[in-house]
Amino acid sequence: MKHVSTKHQLYGWLLLLPAALFLLAFTYYPTLATLAKSFFSQGTAIRPSEFVGLENYTFMLEDDVFWRVAWNNVIYALFTIPISIALALMMAIWVNSRLKYKSLARMSFFLPTMLPMIAVANIWLFFYSPEIGLIDQVTAVFGVESHNWLGDPDTVLGCIIVITIWKEAGFFMIFYLAALQTLSPELEEAARLEGASRWYYFRRIMFPLLMPTTLFVLINAIINSFKLVDHLFILTKGGPDNASSLLLYYIYEVAFSFLDQAYASTLTVILLAVLAIIAIGQFVFLDKKVHYQ
Amino acid sequence: MLKTLKRKAGSLALATTLGLGLATNASAVELTMYYPVAVGGSLTNIVDGLVDDFEAQNPDIKVNAIYAGNYNDARIKALAALKSGEPAQTSVMFSIDTYELIEQGAIVAFDDIVETKEEKEWLKSFYPALMENGQTQGKTWGIPFQRSTIVMYYNKDAFRAAGLDPETPPATWDELVAAGKKLTKDGQWGTMIPSTGYPYWMFGALSMQNGQVLMNSDGNETYFDAPATIETLEFWKDLGSKHGIMPEGTIEWGTLRQNFLEGKTAMMWHSTGNLSVVKKNAKFDFGVAMLPAQKRRGTPTGGGNFYIFEKTTAEERKATMKLIRFLTEPKRTAEWSMKTGYLATMPAAYETEEMKQYVADFPPAAVARDQLEFATAELSTYQNGRVRKLLDDAIQAALTGSKTPTEALSGAQKQADRLLKRYR
Repeated sequence: MKHVSTKHQLYGWLLLLPAALFLLAFTYYPTLATLAKSFFSQGTAIRPSEFVGLENYTFMLEDDVFWRVAWNNVIYALFTIPISIALALMMAIWVNSRLKYKSLARMSFFLPTMLPMIAVANIWLFFYSPEIGLIDQVTAVFGVESHNWLGDPDTVLGCIIVITIWKEAGFFMIFYLAALQTLSPELEEAARLEGASRWYYFRRIMFPLLMPTTLFVLINAIINSFKLVDHLFILTKGGPDNASSLLLYYIYEVAFSFLDQAYASTLTVILLAVLAIIAIGQFVFLDKKVHYQ
Repeated sequence: MLKTLKRKAGSLALATTLGLGLATNASAVELTMYYPVAVGGSLTNIVDGLVDDFEAQNPDIKVNAIYAGNYNDARIKALAALKSGEPAQTSVMFSIDTYELIEQGAIVAFDDIVETKEEKEWLKSFYPALMENGQTQGKTWGIPFQRSTIVMYYNKDAFRAAGLDPETPPATWDELVAAGKKLTKDGQWGTMIPSTGYPYWMFGALSMQNGQVLMNSDGNETYFDAPATIETLEFWKDLGSKHGIMPEGTIEWGTLRQNFLEGKTAMMWHSTGNLSVVKKNAKFDFGVAMLPAQKRRGTPTGGGNFYIFEKTTAEERKATMKLIRFLTEPKRTAEWSMKTGYLATMPAAYETEEMKQYVADFPPAAVARDQLEFATAELSTYQNGRVRKLLDDAIQAALTGSKTPTEALSGAQKQADRLLKRYR
């Protein structure tokens, strides 16, 4: 009997092995290597790398650019996450109703998601462009003076946020749409018979039932707010004067433009720590509030 | 990349069908060369064509030319390939990567490879201004290949409409401001100098014109807070805020050409690499001029050099030299320049019949050449990425008004000093 169970166990482990190997090689090993690297100096042919303890971390605390991009990232997250989720929910409810050109509406909402971010950035670059851009040409009709949207530190981050919301909302809408279609229509009929208003039905029935989807979308939105930097490469390269730079973009610059892997590892450790804390918080605290069917 | 793959697959299939009958030249040298494309277009086809010609002439050398993205990507790929032990022998990389590549121990100096007197002469056959970025510690590390400078494109029709002589573009800063004021009207700016992407490059031109270089030739000192440098940034800012002939804030590199083509600005400063596109798309009469002077004329050079990697055998170095010599022959350099709009890198190339004819038919092509006399190295130091970004950020901070030019530049200088101290 015992013999069989070890065999079973072995079988199970063998089945897990391929996935586990990939996880080890591409997730856990790089994470640990990054952590280790952050305690060493950047080596070159002339100056070999050496253990420097927390020096990279103290450098980070004194690095003005780091604080700037961290703050930018907080603002970026605070705006993109709630707005794109709220928009997604509204769009999903709308295209889930009895609409004449339902599939056309669904497709047009989903279209931004299908476009590659680099292409999107190139399109928006010309929207925002002063004088020749779409936005300026439209506002010029109303006599508004041309504005240098991406060249002004006060507006550039807002421009980036708008693109991200435009790109993400359609993607999240698909999840809400799928969730909405699993809601039983009897609930709505019953609510209507009882005389509940539409807002009451949404607040007390529909939204709570969508909570699992909201949690999923929320996690995705948070990850994306740290992960989605493709458009920066085309639109602003983090400028002017780092006004639109985000943490991950800065990590890229440090690693591949400054060739400073050690400091890039340090920044990466911080990014990982922030994401880990958020993820734990979500799963531990929010999960209790989510009603699963 | 795909093309090389295809070619590789093709030659593999050929070898198999011939039953390895072709394996006789096993002693053939195989070279891998990375090259970047920064301005785009049909550059890959042109490079492939040149490589094919070379292989036809040198059957014992096989060249894999691999397109490696923009300059930044090319450097990352080449360095990664070296680290992983993948054999790459040569690469075209940013001319300003020299110090970084030396520090990584990645490249060898050409002085250590050339043997004959004739080869040493060849090293001297290029324009000195184009060699500057590739020379330090008394040696030559890079051979100019796809190189450019900044020129001023201007709209002759707009000049005529403003009552200016279209054949005498502004030659000094004062004339630039005066002409700019006449040209600026509703829906049209006088001039635009891009300040995203490569602000340090444009700034290098302006400061040179003001008689100030930005770094020393050892690459371990910068002059960001020199009075003339600060004055330069003040002038750049004044174009927008005081003279009102340029939009305030930063001006986007990527859309500037479109602005010019749509007549939203009468003048623009841009890379010579744009020449063929502007020529094709401008619906108005346009001219190309040297950048104006304050104390003198000036522009930095830009673009890519050939480097030879350290991890190469003597035989591979010899073959690589053959390849580079082949690609920089005057006739081929001229052809390359005519097809791409890049500079021809040596005087002899401008002496060829084809090039003479081309320049006669299309005078703007000569402007970049004539300006070479006033050209200088582009900003390049140890810790290049960081130092460049310090200057970029300072320029943008000043142009957007979040700091004064003095504040921004002395801050940048202080940080650059901290980075470069250990290289002195």
